[in-house]
Amino acid sequence: MDRQGAGVRGNLSAAPTAWGSDQMQARIRRRYRQERNFKAMGILALMIAAGFLVFLMVTVIGSGWNSFRQTQVLVPVTFEAERLGITPEQARADPRALSRANFQGVLSDSVERRFGDDAALVSDGAWLALRKAVEADPALIGTTKEMWLIATSNIDQLSKRQIDLDADETNRPVNDVEIAAWGRLKAEGKLRTVLNMTFLTSADSVDPELAGIWGALKGSFLTLVVTLAISFPVGVLAAIYLEEFAAKNRWTDIVEVSINNLAAVPSIIFGLLGLSVFLNTMNMPRSAPVVGGLTLALMTLPVIVIASRAAIKAVPPSIRDAALGIGASRVQVVFHHVLPLALPGMLTGTILGMARALGETAPLLMIGMRAFLTSVPQGLTQPATALPVQIFIWSDNVSRGFVEKTSGAIIVLLVFLLTINSLAIYLRNRFEVRW
Amino acid sequence: MTTQAEGGEGPVQGSSRPKMTARDVRVSYGDIEALKGVSIDVSTEDVTAFIGPSGCGKSTFLRCLNRMNDTVASARVSGEILLDGHDIYAPDMDVVQLRARVGMVFQKPNPFPKSIYENVGYGPRIHGLASKKADMDAIVEESLRRAGLWDEVKDRLQDSGTALSGGQQQRLCIARAIAVNPEVILMDEPASALDPIATAKIEELIDDLRGRYAIVIVTHNMQQAARVSQKTAFFHLGTLVEYGDTREIFTNPKQPRTKDYITGRYG
Repeated sequence: MDRQGAGVRGNLSAAPTAWGSDQMQARIRRRYRQERNFKAMGILALMIAAGFLVFLMVTVIGSGWNSFRQTQVLVPVTFEAERLGITPEQARADPRALSRANFQGVLSDSVERRFGDDAALVSDGAWLALRKAVEADPALIGTTKEMWLIATSNIDQLSKRQIDLDADETNRPVNDVEIAAWGRLKAEGKLRTVLNMTFLTSADSVDPELAGIWGALKGSFLTLVVTLAISFPVGVLAAIYLEEFAAKNRWTDIVEVSINNLAAVPSIIFGLLGLSVFLNTMNMPRSAPVVGGLTLALMTLPVIVIASRAAIKAVPPSIRDAALGIGASRVQVVFHHVLPLALPGMLTGTILGMARALGETAPLLMIGMRAFLTSVPQGLTQPATALPVQIFIWSDNVSRGFVEKTSGAIIVLLVFLLTINSLAIYLRNRFEVRW
Repeated sequence: MTTQAEGGEGPVQGSSRPKMTARDVRVSYGDIEALKGVSIDVSTEDVTAFIGPSGCGKSTFLRCLNRMNDTVASARVSGEILLDGHDIYAPDMDVVQLRARVGMVFQKPNPFPKSIYENVGYGPRIHGLASKKADMDAIVEESLRRAGLWDEVKDRLQDSGTALSGGQQQRLCIARAIAVNPEVILMDEPASALDPIATAKIEELIDDLRGRYAIVIVTHNMQQAARVSQKTAFFHLGTLVEYGDTREIFTNPKQPRTKDYITGRYG
């Protein structure tokens, strides 16, 4: 092979490299081609990832959008004092008397009077709106008022065009009577669609039109507060101790390996641990956010420790020398210099850990946070559920109305996730020290 | 703090009473012996330069003088180092206090990523040297003045210390060391990362500070040692080959190894 002439091989003392030769030109072309190919593959990978994201967003928002809308029916409600069992005077004197009043009876009478017996058009839960109206104005008792009331899930689904009207009656969740009634109401203009405040403010329910996400959202929030309050300080302090104070010996090696292994343990194992330690041994309340938070904190801890150690390692040793050199103690070096510089990295690890904790379902199932709860949790020790568990429960439900609720809950989960992540990124950028 | 009273020599005169005394200092990292018995006296009147080829142990020895080697887990130090007659490796010696008394300036300028004011004020603050804001302001100004940096930064004390040029950063580090009112300042090749003009300023500054602090400077630049120091110690392969007046060392070295080194035979 005559490569000497091309200057590719040969003694350095030989003729100058022939950059213009064909072999050299071909080599240069090949290098440019490789670069172009690599760039193209990178763009392709990015597009595939973006495509998946867009697909996810479109499907979730497309089907979840409806859960934020609510169909209401206009019903003339007659507040008969006898049927209610209380008088306006009683209601005025003692608002608590309303809890004894028979609003359900008034509701069913009013609906029956208006639509007949066959069609379930107004949700059973609509009586709450009646009670609120009387609470606000006890003079309503004995009068008739036109009120917009929550429609049943079937009417709701019909309004949102989620029911295939051409299907045989036996194959569709809505019967012909309901379809006919819906058609009439629509023609009369007695139907309207509004923002679904029920979904945004209430907890779970057996009726899809009454089910809300607020209970699960608050449960998730309370759980994460506990998780953060435990795992962030403990994780950061553990990392600081291991990096800055602990002697480097076999014991710290074992601790390091154990922490790395813990980060890889499946989350359901942490659920079992939480079950046996917090519930069975320590007798903490079942289904409570405090137990969920503790369990998720165990799971998040190794992630935060690993990220924090990496952040501490990345702080230049010259800063430590500088502080030590003017007589700072080791604690002062750590808290005045190393920690502020490592904090952004620690926060990044915490964001990742918290995001994972927020999306975690399996450990919460083990400690009873999949309970069916119709009330919003009021504290850390009250029974609660969490957003991903709520999604899991709803996705299991056969009722047609829960399909959109499932997607709606996913939207809420994603918005919640984006919110806490943006907050964390904002905090991180605030603490970031520019060099 | 015993010898001051016991010595009975009255006020310090010339280099008769050394600020720091090292006797038979040996340092090993694991199995490798980096220093093989070094004995030296350092006085406040003179700037002492440590010269020698790379790996000769001069920086290692410097870091023994304020126990910065403590941070290296594998380092073992034996021998005796006295500061004002008191053993700095004695169990009752407080390392934090020692490092406030024996300040250090490092090879690469390493200001804290904080404001210029904070950089200088940090040491006095952690040692409680200033209780009032006005006292602190005075310390910061005086330190920056002594470091020859005041006029350049007085209008931007709240700017980040890392925004300064390399030479200014190094003078800021010197100001930071001065601010805690040390007795000895150790400088580990303080100008090796700087351009000639910044280097000249640092050298002027070292000359200004002479007499006020005992200054020990490690340098691989022999011209620099000749310019700034009154005493020079030549290290080679972990031993102190020769120690004496700088003029003597550079014009009339007693040891052939010293002569070979300063004439550029090896290095």
